[in-house]
Amino acid sequence: MTRWLIPLLLFGALLFFLVRGLNLNPREVPSPLIDRPAPAFAMPTLADPGHVLRREELLGRVWLLNVWASWCGPCRVEHPQWLKLAQRQPGVTLIGLNYKDERAAANAWLQDVGNPYTDSLFDPQGQLGLDYGVYGVPETFVIDRDGVVRFKHVGPLTSAVVREQIEPVLKRLGA
Amino acid sequence: MTKRTLLLCVWLVALAASAQTVPAPSNDAALDAHVQALAAQLRCVVCQNESVADSQAPLAADLREQIRRQLREGRSDEQIRSYMTDRYGDFVLYEPPLSGRTLLLWWGPALMLAVGGLALWGVLRRRGRLTDDAFEPDENAIG
Amino acid sequence: MIPTLGHGALVLALVVALAQGALGLASAARANERWMAWMKPLTAAQALLVTAAFAALSISFVQHDFSVYYVAAHSNSQLPLAYRFAAVWGGHEGSLLLWVLMLVGWMQSVAWRSRGLPLVFVARVLAVMSLLSAGFLLFMLATSNPFERLLPPVREGSDLNPLLQDPGMVLHPPMLYMGYVGFSVAFAFALAALMGGKLDAAWARWTRPWTVAAWVFLTLGIALGSAWAYNELGWGGWWFWDPVENASFMPWLAGTALVHSLAVSEKRGAFKAWTLLLALLAFSLSLLGTFLVRSGVLSSVHAFANDPKRGLFILVFLALVIGGSLALYAARAGAVGLGQRFGNVSRESALLLNNLLLVVATGSVLLGTLYPLFLDALGLGKVSVGPPYFDSVFRWLMAPLLLLLGAGPLLRWKDDGLGTLVRRLRWSVASALLVSLLAWALGGAASAWSYVGYALAGWVLGGVVEDLTGWRANWRQLTRAQWGMWLAHAGVAAFVLGVTTVQTHESSRDLRMQAGDTVALAGYDFRFVDAAAVAGPNYAAARGRVEVSRAGQPVTTLWPEKRVYRVQRNPMTEAAIDSNPARDLYVSLGELLPDGSWTVRVQHKPLVIWIWLGCLIMALGGALAASDRRYQRREARA
Repeated sequence: MTRWLIPLLLFGALLFFLVRGLNLNPREVPSPLIDRPAPAFAMPTLADPGHVLRREELLGRVWLLNVWASWCGPCRVEHPQWLKLAQRQPGVTLIGLNYKDERAAANAWLQDVGNPYTDSLFDPQGQLGLDYGVYGVPETFVIDRDGVVRFKHVGPLTSAVVREQIEPVLKRLGA
Repeated sequence: MTKRTLLLCVWLVALAASAQTVPAPSNDAALDAHVQALAAQLRCVVCQNESVADSQAPLAADLREQIRRQLREGRSDEQIRSYMTDRYGDFVLYEPPLSGRTLLLWWGPALMLAVGGLALWGVLRRRGRLTDDAFEPDENAIG
Repeated sequence: MIPTLGHGALVLALVVALAQGALGLASAARANERWMAWMKPLTAAQALLVTAAFAALSISFVQHDFSVYYVAAHSNSQLPLAYRFAAVWGGHEGSLLLWVLMLVGWMQSVAWRSRGLPLVFVARVLAVMSLLSAGFLLFMLATSNPFERLLPPVREGSDLNPLLQDPGMVLHPPMLYMGYVGFSVAFAFALAALMGGKLDAAWARWTRPWTVAAWVFLTLGIALGSAWAYNELGWGGWWFWDPVENASFMPWLAGTALVHSLAVSEKRGAFKAWTLLLALLAFSLSLLGTFLVRSGVLSSVHAFANDPKRGLFILVFLALVIGGSLALYAARAGAVGLGQRFGNVSRESALLLNNLLLVVATGSVLLGTLYPLFLDALGLGKVSVGPPYFDSVFRWLMAPLLLLLGAGPLLRWKDDGLGTLVRRLRWSVASALLVSLLAWALGGAASAWSYVGYALAGWVLGGVVEDLTGWRANWRQLTRAQWGMWLAHAGVAAFVLGVTTVQTHESSRDLRMQAGDTVALAGYDFRFVDAAAVAGPNYAAARGRVEVSRAGQPVTTLWPEKRVYRVQRNPMTEAAIDSNPARDLYVSLGELLPDGSWTVRVQHKPLVIWIWLGCLIMALGGALAASDRRYQRREARA
């Protein structure tokens, strides 16, 4: 009698995993950078090509890195969240990473939608994006005072994401 | 609803068509082949079921370019793979590495075969030991 | 008006399906012939209602009724007529309607061709299929209604996904679903047998043609999907071990095992409990595939919407149907009986081995497809399992299976000896060696696995020839089933030959070309003449012109395109392919570079068409076998 039950039992096990699977997101790629030092950079800024911003200059502050581009639709959709963040979190520095874009188009975009960033790094070849494991635009990183990456969000920010995920992390880091 | 994921990939390709990266494939066939070989071992993180070699996503093109550059600098295959996993995690390796947690994956088929084979052998042996009246009589001849 | 009618038809169909299910089971349990007589008319009613709903949706598409949300989401006023019709199954809701249409189609066929079957049995079969239909109808009406209205209607639709605007896409889903759903017949037959408590060789004879027919459709459906990907996706791949592809491949593997297991159950009455389980398994895998594709549980280029609510519904349905059937199996399968005796070296044991390998192959594909989910669900992080895994595992399983394929049909039923078998294998060995030698002579040195592939293709073909020649004295006695078997096995050999040759000897170049540039590949010269702008019915394109020549003689002109569809604005690569039985020449355009040159990919793929021709031959063999006269004779007699 027992051996006839084997198929049913195996199916039960499968069912367990499928139920769990419904709550998971298979497309999400976890970042290996969490709890590791943010990759170093010395990049010219978008506004002023002559000015180079280095990662070291941001030590001692909690900062957010937002990967954006003028050609990116969802970036436009999430942008109001960034303007709000700039107001609600004055202690946090917002740095943009202008990814694979053209300087003129990017500056025009910021003029159009508003510029919440203290500065935006200009990364036309995507080299810095590669170092940060960027694979979709927009992406957001939270980096602490010691320059360690503590959180990454892929995709546009929504007020829910900001409220439930980003702000708690900022609070924890003493922003 | 629409095949959203596929649209996402294709949309990203479209958007990046207006972006800057324009890889200039070299006409060095050996380097090309080496790039393709390495790229085939990496997963395109955007179009997740394709390798970096096959994917048309701009990120894949960037990664191929990165591989090409690093090969020219003389880096080894292992170093280039580490470069990728440092930034994108184990997920970027197309072939799941043989580690503790993938043990069941790699040995699973052999295990299934062994269990099935044993079961089969057991069944045959049990049948062999039964007397003829446990079976149905031979109806007609072989078809 | 029409969408409302369609919606109404679906609701009515659900009512009928539920009624038929309940009535069928009750009437069989009580052996009430008067109630059982209702089964066939109710089947017809369901068929008519679902067909009406399908027609309503089709009409809505053809007439550009953008007040229907589904039509607006998947069509456009510029969409050519053929694709407007195909768009009916271009999205989740419509494809479900196609599923149910196929299901009632199979039900009606069973009702028509069941004169030789006991009424109680037929009542149960139709009842089970009705309950399945009810489940899908409920799913549609509750979560995925194709007739949902969009009010006020939009002026213009979002257009059908350009990838689906291809002839292959018109045929691929219907064929595939005919196969998936067709296995529900075997499933229902198995449950009916378990419920009735009796299982004999007659049951196997009844089930076999239905199963083979479903298998034929599934084979064609998968082959079409692969050919479509090859033609449409622009980079020459034809199988990606994508979760959705695997979702269709698993029922195929299980179905193949089932077809072979049924042969033994029919001829020798053996393996009955195992065949029952396989019958349940094949359709369960179809259902599982449906779940995987629509629930967002797996990441795939192919998958439909990522909607956990729908996923939950299907999962509950899955649990009830599969869980229920396996529970019934656990309760009743023990009483089924052992069938006739057979020796350790015999056709039966060879088929047992065949089944073992096919089932392990199915399990491996399942393992690989679901492994990322397993690890993620256990909190063990993320891995990705792709072609490197599947390719290597599959080779190791298929090689012994192919070896068996060549030898198995040469074994006698009931009892045989190894010695006599070995003598019968001389053609196979010779053929294996011959093909390998030819491959080496024509293609040069290659990897060990290549030679294994060539040798096995030759081996299988040799086995078919040996079997055939053994019958030359009595060839008039040969049945369609036997011809079908040889044809199908020959198809497998052709398939293996195609795959091995392409994987060993294909070559490609990826490069930047200016107008007038030429690249040489595999003895052909490809000259990129220029690229011009052209316009299609609903797209604008850049069409390249590539002239191909060989040793100075012109071979063909290829016109690869890069299209941008006006509504969805996705760039699509339309590869240009020159096909003949010996090789494919494949050219696709990449990107237009700032200096006016194009990145172009040029490929040479020897014998690639045999991959799909082999599948076609397999399907023809199956069709021939399913039409064997012994199935028809019995029907008329009863």
